[in-house]
Order: sequence, then C-alpha cells, then structure tokens
Amino acid sequence: MEWAHKHILDVDQLSLQDIYTIFDLAQNFAQINQRPVKKVPTLKGKSIILFFAEPSTRTKTSFDLAGKRLSADTFSLAKSSSSLTKGESLKDTVLTLQAMAPDCIVIRHSLSGAAKFIASKVDCAVINAGDGYHAHPTQALLDGFCLFKVWKKDFKGKTVLILGDIAHSRVARSDLKLLVKLGAKVRLCAPRTLLPFEVKNWPVEVFFDLNQACQGVDAIICLRLQLERQEKGLLPDLREYSQRYGLGWKHLELANPQVKVMHPGPLNRGIEIDSSLADAGPSLILEQVSAGIAVRMALLYLCILSQGVQKCL
Amino acid sequence: MSIDLVITNLVWLGKKTNLLLSQGKIRELTPVLPTIGDGTKVRDGQGYVLLPSLIDAHVHLREPGYEYKEEISTGLKAALGGGFGQVMAMANTNPVNDQPSVTSFMLEKAKSFGGYPYLRPIGALTKGLAGKEMAPLAELKDAGCVAFSNDGLPVLNNELFRRCLEYSSDLGLKVIDHCEDPFLAEKGVINEGKLSSFLGLKGVPTVAESLQVARDILLAAYLDVPIHLAHVSCAQSVELIAWAKQKGIPISAETCLHYLLLTEEACNDYNTLAKVNPPLRTQEDQMALVDGLKSGVIDILVTDHAPHADFEKDVPFAEAPNGISGLDTALSLSLELLKQGFCWQDLIDLWGTKPAQIFNLPFSTLEPGSEANFILVDPDYTWKVTAKNMFSKGKNTPWLNQILQGKVIVHFYQGKEVFNLKQEIAGF
Repeated sequence: MEWAHKHILDVDQLSLQDIYTIFDLAQNFAQINQRPVKKVPTLKGKSIILFFAEPSTRTKTSFDLAGKRLSADTFSLAKSSSSLTKGESLKDTVLTLQAMAPDCIVIRHSLSGAAKFIASKVDCAVINAGDGYHAHPTQALLDGFCLFKVWKKDFKGKTVLILGDIAHSRVARSDLKLLVKLGAKVRLCAPRTLLPFEVKNWPVEVFFDLNQACQGVDAIICLRLQLERQEKGLLPDLREYSQRYGLGWKHLELANPQVKVMHPGPLNRGIEIDSSLADAGPSLILEQVSAGIAVRMALLYLCILSQGVQKCL
Repeated sequence: MSIDLVITNLVWLGKKTNLLLSQGKIRELTPVLPTIGDGTKVRDGQGYVLLPSLIDAHVHLREPGYEYKEEISTGLKAALGGGFGQVMAMANTNPVNDQPSVTSFMLEKAKSFGGYPYLRPIGALTKGLAGKEMAPLAELKDAGCVAFSNDGLPVLNNELFRRCLEYSSDLGLKVIDHCEDPFLAEKGVINEGKLSSFLGLKGVPTVAESLQVARDILLAAYLDVPIHLAHVSCAQSVELIAWAKQKGIPISAETCLHYLLLTEEACNDYNTLAKVNPPLRTQEDQMALVDGLKSGVIDILVTDHAPHADFEKDVPFAEAPNGISGLDTALSLSLELLKQGFCWQDLIDLWGTKPAQIFNLPFSTLEPGSEANFILVDPDYTWKVTAKNMFSKGKNTPWLNQILQGKVIVHFYQGKEVFNLKQEIAGF
C-alpha cells in the first residue's frame, strides 16, 4: 500500500489511487464497527489531539470514536477552553500542543487556510476537520465512500447535485473536487447570492431552478442553510428559500429512480429538506454518519502509521 | 564659485556624463570633463546610473503608536537606502495625526534622524479618521502637513467629504482618497475572483474601488477641486480616470509596484505576505494599470510602504493585517519596468517630477543650482531580499527570499554622501 501524505488538508492532494486506498481501508474498518467489541490495537500508544476551535458534534465525536476504536489516546480541546480565549495566537497554541508530542492533530477552525497554517508549524500529522469555507476533506471522503458502497467504482456517467448554500460551504468545495476526481458529473443549484463568485470557472453545471437541476440526477447532496444568511441580505427569508430550494418528494420524481439523498448535517428539517424525506428510503444521512467513523479510522491509520514508516526509514 | 566635487563616469538618461558639484548644489552635468583645479575632489562613478533622489508619496511609518512595526528613523533609513529623498507619511498612527502636536512630534523624530530624507506628513482629513468631523486642517498645514487623507477609512458621508474637499482647497493642499466602499469590501481579504472562491476567502470586488473612484471624479468635477486617488488597483478605475482626464476633471492617481508586478495568484497557498488592501488583482487589471501609467492616466508610483511585525503576518490569512513593506525593494522593482517599455526618464517622472507637481514639493532633475540630492544606482547589482538586508523593520514583502536586480549604491544629500551600501554591508 502506497501512502505519501503526512497531512490531510484537502481533496486536491489525493490521487484517485489514494482515494480508493482510503475507501478499501474504510471498508475493512467498517466491519470493526459491526463487532460486539469495537476496538483493535492498531494505534495503541499513539495520541491524537482533537482541536476544535469551532463548534462540532458529529465530526468531533466521529474522530474521537475513530481514534478510540484504533486504541489511540484522544484528547479534545475546544476553543472556549483553550488559551485562544486568553488572546494566545493560533501559532502559539499549536506550538504548545506540538510540544506535548502528539502523533496527530485534528483541526477544525473557522478561518479558511487554518489547517494548512497549522501543518506548516508542527511536526506531527495534521488532519483538516474543516477550515472556514475552504475544505472539509474527511466529509467529502465519507460522502464519496457512501456512494462508493452503492455504486462501487462506477462513478462515471453518474450525476450528483449539490444543493444549497455553496458559497459558504467547505463541504461543497471538497465534495465537488472529490466527485470530479471519481469521474462523476456535478451540478450546483442555489440562488446566485449563495453561489461562489465566478462559479462559471468551476467544472460544474449551475442551475437556479431546482426542478431543472434534479432532472435525471443519481444523488443529491443537500447542504445546511446557515440561519443567519438572511441578515447578510443574501436571502429574503427562510420561507421563500424553502419554497424555492427546499428538497421534497416531488423533486425526486424528476431524478433517477435509484436516487440517493445526502446531507452533511446538522439538518434544518423543513427548510432545506422535507422532514419525512430525510428519514426515508433514498436518504443516506445516517449511513453518512457511520461511514464517517470508518473513513476517519482509515485516515488516522494512514497518516499516523505512514509517519512511523518514514521515521523507521 | 569653485567646484568641490566631480563625479566622473556616470550614466544620465542613458548617456555618459560627469557631475560637478559646488557647495551642496548641482553645478553642471557635462559629458566633457572640464579642467579641474587642485582643491577639487574627483570620484569615479564606476558607470553607475545617476538619478535624482526620489519621492514616495504614500508610506506608513507607524510612529507614534506602532513603533514595533516601524519607527520614523527605521522608515527613513529604508527610504534613504531605497533612493528616496522625500516620503509622505500617512496619518493612521496612534494617536492619529489629526492635530499639530502629532505632526510636530513626527517632524522632530525626522529631524533627530538627521533631517533627511525629508518627512512630509499627511494630515488626517477627519478627527481620529472617524469620518465624523473635519480635522483642524489649517493648523495641520501650519505644522507641516503637505496633504490630507482619511487613509484606509474613506469618508462615506458625501456631504462631509465635499466640505473637507472645499476647505482643503482653500488651503491649497490636496486630499488623497483611498477608494473603497466599506460595505462591498466588508471582511474581504483577497480579490473577489476565481481564487477567492476556491480558497473559501471573502473577496473584495473591484467595484468596491471603482464605485468610489466614480464618486470622487463626480465630486471633483462638480466642485472643481482636485482629488488624488490612492493606490488604484483595477482596470475599471483606470477607465474611469481616463474619462475624467479627458473631460479635464482635476483628478490625479497613483498605483503601486505590487499591482503592476503581481496578481492575486501571489496569495495562493494563503500567502499572507501578499495580503494587501486593495488586494492584488488579475492579469487584466495589471495590464490596464501598466497601460494607464504609460499613457499618463495614472500619474505616479508610490510604495504604500506598510510595515508589520513578523508575528502579525504569521497567522491564518483572514487574520493577517494588510500591507507590504515597500521602501527597500521599490527601486529594484521599478527597474523591472524598464523591460516593459518604460525608460529612465519615465522613472524620474513617476517617482519625482509628477508627485512633486501634484503635492507641490520641491524637486529638481539635477538642474544647475538645485540642491545636490541624488543617488547612484547599479542596475546590475543582484541582491537577495532577506530580513537582514532590509532597513525597514517590516520584513513583510512577497519578494522575501527572492533575488532582485539593481540597487542604490550611494545616496547624496546636499552634495554629501549620506548612504553607502558598501559600508552598510560591512555593518550587516
């Protein structure tokens, strides 16, 4: 198994081969998660710091469980309990963490580029658990892994629609890069106020009308709408948004009959997605959560153990 | 009057020449060496290019208040080594230069550095740069301010801005306006474009600048009061200024070398050293600015020298302060323009004659009888931009660790050598 990456900062850095390495490994680790005793000694003696400088439930819990199921010691640090609140700079905070010799730092930060910044300051592996609007590679990989379980390697000829607040979404940016690498076609659908500037340069088809966007798609990734967007003048109100861009059953009738519906969470039921749809057959939303643990186990394994190999060499 | 110093073997505007000095003044530039008396010192100019000491009409020297970024003495040293004989210092100090005591303090500091390069303070247009009330502009002028500006906090209230323009015009001093619509630019950290979208960074659209450029042009036309536009960065602004000049509206404009030589790509990988306001734009903007400089639509070059401490730029991109330290590299980078169709005379105009005209500063292109303030430049001298060989405290330049060509070797003030690179290197 070839693995050349010390850090996971974004999907850009991964080759198709790397992505399938992660998926294969995740498939193996997923079996551990089915066992009565969900723990293997693979990362025994390794320590992982989960530095979440921005609120998170699922990503943090997912990384925590992923580390623990591989027998690593995990320690969670939140911004509110870190010295960042005392005015310590991010550089000094991570140098302090680095001095405690962890094997990996998992970082979530509200500023784009923060993960790369941290990776440039420390010796250990850094995994980006979401930086600003920039990237969320582990979410993209778990989304891709969910679809991989359904489609196998057959991404070519598939069309995936990403729906919602794409401008402010690190998930959309990383998902898009991953899906294009895997060979799928990507569509975006949102009002222009929630699309990135000059999106015409992106390798995507852009739709303003949800009905048109759904025609024949094989999967729909619905994004969370940050409820404060209307204050910025990007939307009139949530009611109008949900009328124009809320995903409902009628849209699925336009899609491929086998269509899958995904959402990175947390959900705003009844705003970006019909509540009953989120719980129904086409929805992979909870599978995304369990896939998250397997994918993150794979990434922790690859990043931490590949370092060991490099050191031995 | 006898000649005290002759510098032979110089190049002036592409031609071989000798420079004759007498009592701190230029006596003559002559290709033919006259007979020299015994009391005259003769110095070999080694084929260096002769230029008058230049003017930088837009710098931030940080003192008072932010001495950890730059002091007036370190900023003036960088100016001296960079070939500048006069620098115009912005008012965003702490306290703000909105009262004569602050202006006097700055001039005192400059005097204790030796009185040269000449510090030309720019007074705040409004009290505290707050955009609420006019600053005591006449008192600021009396204390030594040569222009007024609200710097990075443009006056939004058009009525107040109008009155400030009228009042300044009575005093015969220009208002320098940083054109930026704060709502369109809010929280922006990089040019709004392909890169901002990919990096997930909030962009500053070009229209945030051009909208205010248009406002200023219309106000200048209506009031018939001149306005100088700071650091123009985009093609649309150039178009608007061209229109204004064609109409005879009293508008002048500056741009910076970084807008001519770099694009937003310099910010890729979240390079905070290339973070500046207005942000680096695209190749199209770059070309429009170069054309604008050639055609005279853009009048002058400035550094917008904005030094910051190392640790301030060593943060995630969005948190880093805007600004590029420019005094140390300006001359070397200007020589790049010689490859893009500019000549030595253009550099003298852009960095001397024209800023002097716009801001009514003394400047001479080495005419007989003028103060002998000049520099000798070795255009072939290569040097690496490192923290150590920059005189400014601010090492924040996107050219850090790059090799540049061309450097000021000697700087003369009133006929006396006040800077010599060879001696400085010995001191490094």
